Amino acid sequence: MSTVALLLITGLGLGALYFLVASGLSLIYGLMGVLNFAHGSFLTISAFLAWEVARRIGADSWGSLGLALLVGAVVGGIVAAGTELLLIRRLYERHIEQVLVTVGLALASVALFQGIWGTDPQYVTGPAWLAQTTDVLGARIPNNRFLLIAVAAAVLLTLLLFLRYTRFGLVIRAGVENRSMVTALGIDVRRAFTLVFTIGGAAAGIGGVLASHYFGYVSPEMGASLLIFAFIVTVIGGLGSLAGAALAAVFVAVIQQFANFYLGGTGDIMVVLLLAVVLLVRPRGLLGRRG
Amino acid sequence: MTGEVVLRVSGLSARIGHQQVVEDVSFDVPAGEVTAILGRNGAGKTSTIKGILGLIGRSGIVELEGERIDTLATDRIVRRGVGYVPEDREVFASLTVAENLRLAERDASPRRELVAELFPELITRGAQRAGTLSGGQQQMLSLSRALLNDNRILLIDEPTKGLSPKLVAEVVAALEVVARVVPILLVEQNLNAARRLAARLVVIEDGRSVLSGPASEFFEDEERLIRMLGVHGSGVGGVGTA
Repeated sequence: MSTVALLLITGLGLGALYFLVASGLSLIYGLMGVLNFAHGSFLTISAFLAWEVARRIGADSWGSLGLALLVGAVVGGIVAAGTELLLIRRLYERHIEQVLVTVGLALASVALFQGIWGTDPQYVTGPAWLAQTTDVLGARIPNNRFLLIAVAAAVLLTLLLFLRYTRFGLVIRAGVENRSMVTALGIDVRRAFTLVFTIGGAAAGIGGVLASHYFGYVSPEMGASLLIFAFIVTVIGGLGSLAGAALAAVFVAVIQQFANFYLGGTGDIMVVLLLAVVLLVRPRGLLGRRG
Repeated sequence: MTGEVVLRVSGLSARIGHQQVVEDVSFDVPAGEVTAILGRNGAGKTSTIKGILGLIGRSGIVELEGERIDTLATDRIVRRGVGYVPEDREVFASLTVAENLRLAERDASPRRELVAELFPELITRGAQRAGTLSGGQQQMLSLSRALLNDNRILLIDEPTKGLSPKLVAEVVAALEVVARVVPILLVEQNLNAARRLAARLVVIEDGRSVLSGPASEFFEDEERLIRMLGVHGSGVGGVGTA
């Protein structure tokens, strides 16, 4: 029972990370049809800069962790907004060029991060409580998992409330369904594009800071390795569906954890198999719209 | 107001992908009345409307009350006062009726009373998802989105398409009321509806405007009606969409 509890809660923690990255990807693709391969770079730059800020003011306090999360969100949001305004905006409806530009940006940014921070991981410390464990049903659960789950749940709730109750949220929901009709109602949908990129970048930035505590380090490749699973989560959840991304993130991460433990480290393979099954049985994803 | 040109289209060409679907179309839409675009299936009627709005690639000159709008993006054209009711309604199925209406509101004082007066059923169904409405109700919602704002002209594409005769009558009656408030450029396949609403006609054939003038003259000339549209003057429908 303790093993199951450990795998389940660790899976939820990892799922929280996947969700933070996948939420932005899903909204960006759903609204704009852009496959953003540079999304992992938003995560990595945020994690590095947040780590730089936290270590300068003393990384072991809750205040510095809070500030690091804020820095991560702001950096992620700004870098994402800049990417949309400077690179993506010129390439709407030109999907091949979008892929080339975002893949190029992702590769170049990893090289840039390696140039600035080196190729070795930079180890991260935080408040002492995060390094401790809590006993749940006999399992000793690392406390950072609880932080991940709580922050991801808060981000999910905030995004859902934003989408449900604000004018921009209404524009984004309508745009995911029929972008050209939103334009035909006299709405400048490009502002929504920039906003969605900013929100997605901020969520990825928060994810980057939390990922550094989950793994214990920041590395130039961290974003790229999480991005692969975030794409899988996005497709399984249904492109454009935030709730779908949350659900799929939990499914993917929990299955990954259980398969790694019980099936001899086959977690990644099981995730790919799950993706194949979903694509065959329900191509629009768990909560994606028909057509 | 009648007589002043609210919308002038000169040499409009439009394409979908690489295919030319409208070529050198020219006509005026006077204020205070309904101008209908007629033509056979695939003639280029819907593409003309989309070309005016910039929803598809186009060239040529489009002027709204004397100001060129063909260089503007679609959202800016609409904000200048060109309301659009698309073919097939295109309501946002996952949003509620109230959300669909709220999304369309551009003006500080949207004309909710007019919508409530014309389509009271929509107000009672505010919390219902638009995708669960009947075809007629979706058409009312689509029309309402355009009516909420103080537009200078409405471009309405096939408002009676796929509706029962009873609903067609309701929609036509509503458009008669609307036409008193704002001029309309109407694409209509139902000839009876066009006859009842339109003061002027533009006939499009193979992507080109071949006739533009008073509706009464055209409807009186049965032979020309058959030649151009393939229907008799008493026919309902038969004229298709592009």
